[in-house]
Order: sequence, then C-alpha cells, then structure tokens
Amino acid sequence: MTHTHVELRPGAYADSVTLLQVSRTVQGLDGVLAAQVAMATPLNVEVLTGMGFEVPDATPNDLVVALRLAAADGLAAALAGVDQALRDATKRVEGPTEVAPPRTTASALRRSAGTPGHDAIALVSVPGASALVEAMDAVDAGRDVMVFSDNVPVEQEVALKRAAAERGVLVMGPDCGTAVVGGLGLGFANVVSPGPVGIVAASGTGCQQLLALLDHAGVGVSSALGVGGRDLSAEVGGLATREALRRLDADPAVELIVLASKPPAPEVATEIEAYAASLGTPVELALLGPGQPDLTAAAESVLRRLGREVPAWPVVDPTEGLRRVDGVVRGLFVGGTLKSEAQLIAGTEGGHTFVDFGDDEYTTGRAHPMIDPSLRLEHLARAATDPDTGVLLLDVVLGHGAEPDPAAALAPALAGIAQPVVVAVVGTAADPQDRDRQVRALVEAGAEVHLSNAGATRRALELIGAQS
Amino acid sequence: MTTPAGVVNVGADLLGDAVADQATPVTRVDWRPPMAGTETDLATVAADPRRREANERAVAAMLDVTATLVDVLPASEALGLQRGEFLHAGPPIGWDRASGPLRGALLGGAALEGLVEDPEDAAALFESGTSVSLEPCHHRSAVGPMAGVVTPSMWMFVLEDAASGRRTYCSLNEGLGKVLRYGAYSPEVLTRLRWMGDVLGPLLQKAVRGTAPVDVTGILTQMLQMGDEAHNRNRAGTLMLLRDLSPAMVAVGVDSADVAESLRFIGGNDHFFLNLAMPACKLALDAARGTEGSTMVVAMARNGTDFGIQVAGTGDEWFTGPAQLADGLFLGDYGPDDANPDIGDSAITETAGIGGFAMATAPAIVRFVGGSVPDALATTRRMHEITLAENPRWSVPVLEFQGTPTGIDVSKVCRTGILPQINTGMAGKVAGVGQVGAGLVTPPAEIFPKALARLAELAGQ
Repeated sequence: MTHTHVELRPGAYADSVTLLQVSRTVQGLDGVLAAQVAMATPLNVEVLTGMGFEVPDATPNDLVVALRLAAADGLAAALAGVDQALRDATKRVEGPTEVAPPRTTASALRRSAGTPGHDAIALVSVPGASALVEAMDAVDAGRDVMVFSDNVPVEQEVALKRAAAERGVLVMGPDCGTAVVGGLGLGFANVVSPGPVGIVAASGTGCQQLLALLDHAGVGVSSALGVGGRDLSAEVGGLATREALRRLDADPAVELIVLASKPPAPEVATEIEAYAASLGTPVELALLGPGQPDLTAAAESVLRRLGREVPAWPVVDPTEGLRRVDGVVRGLFVGGTLKSEAQLIAGTEGGHTFVDFGDDEYTTGRAHPMIDPSLRLEHLARAATDPDTGVLLLDVVLGHGAEPDPAAALAPALAGIAQPVVVAVVGTAADPQDRDRQVRALVEAGAEVHLSNAGATRRALELIGAQS
Repeated sequence: MTTPAGVVNVGADLLGDAVADQATPVTRVDWRPPMAGTETDLATVAADPRRREANERAVAAMLDVTATLVDVLPASEALGLQRGEFLHAGPPIGWDRASGPLRGALLGGAALEGLVEDPEDAAALFESGTSVSLEPCHHRSAVGPMAGVVTPSMWMFVLEDAASGRRTYCSLNEGLGKVLRYGAYSPEVLTRLRWMGDVLGPLLQKAVRGTAPVDVTGILTQMLQMGDEAHNRNRAGTLMLLRDLSPAMVAVGVDSADVAESLRFIGGNDHFFLNLAMPACKLALDAARGTEGSTMVVAMARNGTDFGIQVAGTGDEWFTGPAQLADGLFLGDYGPDDANPDIGDSAITETAGIGGFAMATAPAIVRFVGGSVPDALATTRRMHEITLAENPRWSVPVLEFQGTPTGIDVSKVCRTGILPQINTGMAGKVAGVGQVGAGLVTPPAEIFPKALARLAELAGQ
C-alpha cells in the first residue's frame, strides 16, 4: 500500500534552488517513491497536482512537503530526512562564529563597510516582488547592483533606475542573467579572457553567445554589463544603458563597445545613439530583431571592425551523420534571446514551434532551466513522441552559475530520441563545465553540436528541407 | 572597470557560490519573505524619492539632541494640567477598555487629587466621564512608566534641548512593588505619593535650580558603560544623578531630616533614573517627528490594552494592536495568569536605541528577564537589522564599542519580521495588585504593516 503525505509549513522559506536540492535528496531515500518540497506558488501547486498530490489552500509563502511512500510506516523516517536535508541545504555561514548572518542587503553592506571588500556590489535574485527593496538598499549605499530577479514591475524598474542615476550607481537588470564586471562573472557568466571589447547587453543569453563567439575568435572581453531587456523601452528610457556606456567609455582597456539589444523604442534610440556618438570609445550597435543581423553576424562584424579574422564557427557531427526528415522544427530553449533568434531565422511559415523555458511563466517560484533542467526534459520527451516533430533544436548554455554538468541529464534523454537533434552549446573553453567534454557527450548521444545558435538553427531547417 | 572586491548575495545561494568559486569574498544575506501582504507597500515606500534623505534627516535630528534636567515642577504648572484631567501611558483609551493596572492607577490618582476620599469611589466618576478626562502623556510632551498616570499635583522632571528650547516631562519614580504606576492604590501608596509631593518634589526643584543643569544624555552615555541598559536597570544612572544633585540638595537649606529621607529614597530606588532616561529619549525622538517621507518610529507606547506606534513620516497618527503578555520571571507566587498585558511609555527607551536594544551592555540583568549573556549579545545585534543607524554616543564596550541600534525602520521590521525587543516590568492584571514580574515583550506584529500601508499611501500622493 503506498502512502501519500502532504503538509504545509507556513512561514518556512528556502529559495527554489535549495528546495530542488532538498527534493532530490529526499527522493533518494529508501521507501520514498516521489517527493517534492517547494514553495506553494501556483505553478508548483500545478506541478504537485500533476504528480497526483492534493494540495490544500496555500499561499506562495507556505512551504509544501509532499511525499509518496512505499508504506505508511516510513513517514517518520522520510520527514526526518526532509528536515535533515533542509538543515544541510541552508547552512550558510562558514567557520566558527556566533554572529547571525545579515537579513537585508542594507545590513550586509553596512557590515562590510570599512573592511576589505567595502566596494562590494550587490547581486539580487530574490522573488521579483521583493527585488526592488533589496536593490534599493544598494543604491542607497551608493553601490552597483545586479538584479537577476525577473517578474519586477516596470514602474519599479523606472523608480530604481531613476534613484540610481541620481547617485551614479549602475543597475544591471532586472532580469539580468549575465554580467562580467572587471573580469568577475556574475549570474550565468562565461569565463573569458580580458581584452579590448566592452559589452552592454539588454539580453543575458545574447550576451553569452557574443562572449562565446568572440572567445573562440581569440578576442577577450573586459566587461559585459547587462541592463535588462526593458532598459531601452520608452518607459525606462535607457537609464542603465547610459550609465553602462559611461563606465565602459571611462575604462582605458576598452577599445570597442558593443551595445547588444532589441531595437530600442524610437525616441530612446535617437537619444542613445547621440550619447554613444559623444563618447571617446567607438560603439558598435548590435540590434537584434526582425530584419537585423543575427548574433553570429554581429560577432563577425565586431571582429572585422577590430581588424581580426573571422573564423569558421565550429560544428561537431555524430559519426552517423543526421538524415533528412519530414516534419517541423521543435525548438526547446533555456535562453530567451537564443529562442527569439531561432524563431526569427525560421520565420512564421512552416508550423515550427519555439519555447523559452526561462520565460516568466515557467520560472515563478521555480529555478531557471539553466539550473533545473527537469521541465525542459519533460517537454523534450513529449516532443519526441509527437509524430509532427521533424528535428529537435536545443540550446545548452554553460558558464558560472549554470548546471555543473548539463550533458549528464540531457545526453541520456537524447540517446532515446529517434528524430535528428541539433544543439547549440553556448560556452567558452574555460567554462567550469568543460565545454569540450559536454560537446563530446552530446555528440556521442547522436546530436550535432554548434557553437553558433544561428548556425544550429539553419542546420535544423536544412534537415527538413526548409528555406531560411 | 575595477574588479569588485566582494559581492553581497541576496537570493539564490548558487549565484553566490559561483562568485566564491572565482575567489571573490561573498557576504550572504539570510533573506526570507517579508511579512504577509507587504511586498507592494514595501516597494512603494522604498521607491519614494523622499525616503532616503528623510530618514537621514530624522536620524540626524534625533542624534543632535542633548537633554538636560532644567527644572522640577508640579504637572499643573509644567503641563497646565487642570483638576479632573488625567494623563496615562500609551495610545488613547477610555475607562471602558482600560486594563486593571490603568484603572487602579486612575483610582489612586483621583484620591490623591481629593476628587474622592476612597479610591474605589472614583470608579463611578470615570464611568460617567463628566468631570474627568483621559489623555495620553505623549499628547502633552510627556511620558509615564507603566500606567503612566499623571495628575495635576504630581511633580515632573523638566528636560530641555538647549539648541531648540523644546521640553519634555516625566513624573518622579516611586520605587518598585506596590506603587501607583503598577496599579496599586492602597493607603501606603497614597502616603508615599503625598510625601513625594510635599517633600521630595520641592527639594528637587530647589536643588535643580541651585546647581548646573544635569546632563541627562551624558549620564546615559556613561551608565550604558556601567551595566545599565536604562530601562530595567538604572542603578548606575541613579547613583550618578545623586552625585550631581546631592551637594545642592544639602546646601539649599531644607530640614536635614527631609534631605536625609530624600537621599535615602533616591538611593534605595534603583529605578529613579528611569524617569529621566524616558523623557531624554522622547526629547530626542520628538526632534524627528513630522519628517515627511521618513519611515522611522518615533514612539512605541502601551496602555495595558493596546500597543501603539507613531512614525516620523505619518504625523501624530497611532497604529495600534493588542498589547502582548511579557515572557519572563515572576515575583513570589505570581504566575503568568496574574499578569496584565504590556503597559507603559517606557518603550520610548527601546525606540531611542537603549533598553532591550542595548541588552548586550547589561549582562547583570539578563537572567532577570529570563535570558543568557549570549542571548543579550544576539538581541542587540539582531536589533541592528531593523534600525537605521548606530548611536555614536551610546556605545557598547563588549561589542567593540559599536553604537546602539537606533531609529527603528518600519520597512525593515516588515522586511525581516524581526520585532523590536522590549525589556519590561509586568503589572498585575487586577487593579491594586502592583508589580508581579519582569520580562521581555514585543509589539504585536500587525501594527508595522499598518504603519507601512499609511507610509505607502502618503508616498503615492
């Protein structure tokens, strides 16, 4: 007889990444058939319902512990396992100390004042509804801040960036996935050598594609400053872009600034172009969108402007090679800009589908798919059984913060798939995941792997005989 | 751009780990969701362009005040209090909702003023309400410990901020045990109050007028380094006050038996200085009142039924909720069932950054309020999480002379769920019983989201 146990723990909280670790640990216990420990956000409740658990009325501030056990007498041991896993996962302070950790960004910044690291910057990844409050602590203290959080209302972004502009503080984000600040990678950042390029990017994975391609071409990047996808909208007016451009212009190491963004709102475009023209450092605009060059073309244009050679972008084939097929392209992405780029290249004809699992609708109360691959893996299995699916097109994004070994879960899933699979592996040779090993594992599982996302997309279209 | 020397990580630990992997120091914030339903108001208040500067002004104004004892006067003269007017601790309240100790103190006060012969006959006066009126001490620039009842004939300390000339007031402390402020009104209580009115008050007036103004803020600075936290322990402060006043008390020509009795009374009452610490704190905090856009708490006060706070950015509005029962130790055979909910204006000390907030500096009394020395250190450190500043004048030796946590921020309380820690005495819930114990108490959590909502409403206008 299996036994199901669901309990709410109001007021308990841990971030989604921690809870993912806890759920995994508990799933591995003897006698546990299924386990999910999560905050009761609508999405997580839906997931739990889908797993066959009945969740009582709960708020997103409640922690849900849901267990399916082989037998009811294993409950006490399983709950003890949950508590132990929560304790293990929330150990934060290292070394002997009786001082409790700071509870707010303001407190952390105040404690670090006057000690080494007093020019610390803040990295905010709390749920979107609380992100402004934490980020404003940094602005109040005159410190730069990266806001990784998404789901931040645009009026809050405007208020935050106005306050920051008054104080000469740089706000990267909200929804800023990637930054490299003076060589320090923040969020999902690739490991790059210092060099002549400075990037201002309104898109995280777009920036990572540029980092990966420039790195392959032997060109280093000294800083890559994210500004968030809405910075160049009419509402926000490019407040962070201006500050980021000013910082890179003041950096003697930067010879060329690349501004990568969707096309700005027209009134903002004029102002930002005028501002860029007033700087001492040349600015290359890499505008992404319909009728614009793709990211790979933008990287090539940067290389030409620096007088560097444009290399052939690497492609690794499986030994058997991919066959031509009928059907449509199913694009399953973790990178939003990579997904948009593929969609633009494929065009609206042909019935191809493209999903970004990093979109807000998939991440409320859940870790980003670059950390937690489970949602995409589920969709991948479903797409593979769809008779209309011709080619599967995926991205794998490497770098600090991302899954330590994405191929470990993805390669076995690909091995069982009949359709051809094309993967863009966006990363640099020095990334902690060991890019070449990742590529090998995916190729051994039958995938064809590209460094260029645009290249991967064109190849997928070619396999079904479509024009791009 | 220069490489950041460190990163403060708030949110997913994994992003902090990625920074640590690059050999860059990471300070991790132990972030938790804010009090339920406050996210939007917190964001509105954080985004209020007036907030940062308003809080800086509020803190600076508070820290700038120096309180000196300049006079001692009957409440009728100091406050213009008329026959039948009664002041009490906490936010406004009527007789119908008044708790036992407040009723007891009002009954005793009515007898002291000669409105009735037997204190219990005064209940009818307060029920009808025709010839008597109740008003919070805070509405008259005054503060009162426990029940905080002030009547026209009671003598008041007069404290002044030399720079602005502003004044605050507080009654003279009666001692512990069966005393009016704990709701006792027996003949011994009234006899003591009459002696204070006839002998102690006039003598203190002569002494204060006959000597240099007593620097109350300065005594607070010193007593915090001598084991007092200036709420539940005022022993060093009381002795320093005696040091400053006794030559003048002896020299002003009053009958030596009365002088000796007065010196014995003050020296035998370790809490005598509390009634100077409290108005000194109020004098400082009142300097921040009315600072538009500021989220700093300027008063915490309880009337035995309600706990109320006032905030710099919301004028004189009270935000109230039910007063809580203290957790602590009981005198004699008394137990939790005998205690009245939290009462008194004395939480003005915590509002200013001493009392419970300075617990780390008063290890001698940690057991009295049911704790340990590590608890005391942790309490003071925890209060830094909800305050805007450190008071450089009031420093704690055992914490490397860190200033006490000062200026409670409504936003930070809502963000962290950490409630101000108050050291308090416990009054018996039945009128007439007096003190039953002492311990630790916090405000009801819901008053902070209420104040925050009002701040958010004002920020939006």
